[in-house]
Amino acid sequence: MSGEVIRRARGAVAALVLVGLVVAPWVVDDYTTALLARTLALALVGVSVALLTGVAGMPTLGQTAPYAAGAYACAVVGSRVSDVGVVQLVVAAGAGALLAALIVPLVVHARGVIVLMITLAIGELVVVVLGRWRSVTGGTDGLAGVPAVRPFWGLPALASDQGRYLYALVVVATLVGAVLVLLRTRAGLVLRAGRDDETRLRASGHRVAVHLSGAHIAAGAIAGAAGSVLVVAQQYISPADFGFDTSALLLLGVVIGGTASVGGALVGAALVIAVRDWLFGVLPGHAPLVLGALFVATVYLLPTGVNRARSRLSEAAAPQPDPPAAQERATVGEVGR
Amino acid sequence: MTAVAVGTNRIDPYLIPALDGVAYGLLVFVAASGLVLCFGVANILNLAHGLLYAIGGYTAAALLDGGWASLALALAVGVLAAAAAGVLLAGLLTPVATGSHLSQALLTFGVALAGGSLLVAGFGPDDPQVQVPATLEGSVMVAGHRYAAYRLVFIVVAAVLAAALYLVVRRTRAGMLVRAAVDDPEMVACLGVSPARIRAGVLAAAGALAGAAGVLGAPIIGPGTDTADTVLLLSLVVVVLGGLGSMAGTLLAALAIGEIQTLGVALLPAAAPFLLFAAMAAVLAARARGLAVRWRTA
Repeated sequence: MSGEVIRRARGAVAALVLVGLVVAPWVVDDYTTALLARTLALALVGVSVALLTGVAGMPTLGQTAPYAAGAYACAVVGSRVSDVGVVQLVVAAGAGALLAALIVPLVVHARGVIVLMITLAIGELVVVVLGRWRSVTGGTDGLAGVPAVRPFWGLPALASDQGRYLYALVVVATLVGAVLVLLRTRAGLVLRAGRDDETRLRASGHRVAVHLSGAHIAAGAIAGAAGSVLVVAQQYISPADFGFDTSALLLLGVVIGGTASVGGALVGAALVIAVRDWLFGVLPGHAPLVLGALFVATVYLLPTGVNRARSRLSEAAAPQPDPPAAQERATVGEVGR
Repeated sequence: MTAVAVGTNRIDPYLIPALDGVAYGLLVFVAASGLVLCFGVANILNLAHGLLYAIGGYTAAALLDGGWASLALALAVGVLAAAAAGVLLAGLLTPVATGSHLSQALLTFGVALAGGSLLVAGFGPDDPQVQVPATLEGSVMVAGHRYAAYRLVFIVVAAVLAAALYLVVRRTRAGMLVRAAVDDPEMVACLGVSPARIRAGVLAAAGALAGAAGVLGAPIIGPGTDTADTVLLLSLVVVVLGGLGSMAGTLLAALAIGEIQTLGVALLPAAAPFLLFAAMAAVLAARARGLAVRWRTA
C-alpha cells in the first residue's frame, strides 16, 4: 500500500521535474540555459557511474575516460565530417564503448577499491593524453568553434541556447529511459545479482565476467553519448572538462543519490555540479576550499548512501575460490583481506 | 675497434635520459611507497597523497636558501608537516566506517581539494623556484657528459632511503606489525595492537615519506598547482604496476616509469603521450589474473 503511494509520488515528482526542465529555457536567461545543458550532460555521465558503481558493483572514478573519448570524437566529426546530431551521437557512443572495451581486460578481474584505483589511473592518463596529443585534440587549448549541430538530416542547425538545451534534454531523457527499461530486463537482474552475491551467481552457471564486461561497455557508450551532448552544449571542449575533480564530483553525486538508483544519480550529480558552478561564481579563488569542506561534511552526513555498495565491496574483497569463507567474511563485514 | 666505437656512439645520446630516468624513478618510488603503505596496510585509497608531496615541495621552496643547513631544516620541517597532515587525515577518517571505500576515497579527495586550495592561498598561485645547496648547483662529468650534480646526489640519497625503508619493513618490530596487518588485521588486533593506532601510524609514515620525497625531489618535480595531481597519478600507476605484492615490485615499477618518462620520450617522441598508458595496459593485460589473485589476498 505505502509502496504504491511512494511509487506514484515518485512518478508525479519525476513528471513535474521533466515539465520544469522543458519550460526552463523560457524562464531563465541564456547563460543559465547553457549551464543547464552542460549539467544535463554531466548528469548522464552520473547515470553511467551509477550503473557501474551501484548496479554492477564496480566503483569507478574513470568514467571521464569514455566521456572524453565521446566528446573529442564528436568534436572532430562535428567540425570535419557531419553536423547531423544523430551521426555525432552514434560516433561518440561508439568511441566511448570502444575505449571502455579496451579497458575491460584491466578492470574485469579486479573488485572493490582496486577498480576505483585502476579506473582513476586510466581517467588521469586519458587527460594526460588529451593534453599532449596536439594534432587531434588541440592540446591543453582544446577544440573550439565546433559548428552548430543539426539534430536530424533536413532540420535547421540549432543556433540558440534554448534549441541546444532542448536537444540535450531530448537526448538525455531518451537515453535515461533506455537505461531504466534495460535495468528492468533480465540483464539488469543478473547484474544486480552479481553485485549481491557473485559466488552464487557463478555457481548457477552465469559468466559473471561477461556480464560485467557488457555493463562496462554499455556504461562507456552512455558516457560517450554524454560527451557528444557536452560538445553540443558548450561548442568547446578542453582537457579541463574531464579532470579528476569531475570524476570525484560525479561519484559524490551518485553516492548522495543512493549509489544504485538512476534517478538518484541524476539528481545527485546535477545537485553537486550545480553547487560547484554556483560556488565558483560567488567565491572565486576560495571555491575549492569550500568544495573540499563540503565533500568531508557530506561523507559524514550521508553514511546511508554508501550502504549498498559497502555490502558488495566487503564481499568482493574476499577471496573467490572458497565460497564458504567468502560468505562468512561477507556477513562479518570484514574487508581487509 | 670501430664496432665498439659505433656501439658507444649509439648508446651515448641516451645515457643522460637513462640516468634522469633513474633519478625520476627513485623519486616516484619514495613518493609511491607511502601510497602503497596506505593502500596495503590501512586499505585506504588516499587521494590526498599528492597533497602530502606538495606540502614537502612548498616547504623546500620556502626554506631552501642555497646552504646545507637550510636543506636539513627544510627536510625536517617538510617531513614533520606532511606526517602531521597524515595524522590529521587519519583523524578525519576515524568516524567513517572502515570498509566503506567510497566514503574514504571521497573524504580524502575533499581533503586534497581543500588542502591544495590552502597551499595556493599560502604560497601564491605561481610555481615557486627551488634553490639547491650552492655546492650542488653545478654539473659533474659522467662518462663524458655534463650532468646536474644535484640529481646524481639525489640518486644516491634516494637509493639509501629505499634501502632503509626495506630494512625497516623487513627487520624492525614496526615493520613486522605493518606486514602482519596486511596479512591478517584481525590477528594483529588480537595481539593487542589497536587498528586505529596502526592506521594513524601508517598514514603518518606515508606522509613522512611523501614529505621527504617532496623536499628532496623539489628540484625534479617542483611544487606547483598541478604537482599534487601529477604525483598522485604517477604513484597510482606505480601501485597498479607493482601489484602491492612487494617492495621489489614497487621499486621495479617506479624505475620503469622513470625510464618511460625520460628515456622513452627521448627514443619515441611521437608515441610519448601513450607510453605510460601502453605500459600499464601491457602489464595489466599480461598479468591480470595473477595480479587479481594477489590483490584479493593483499
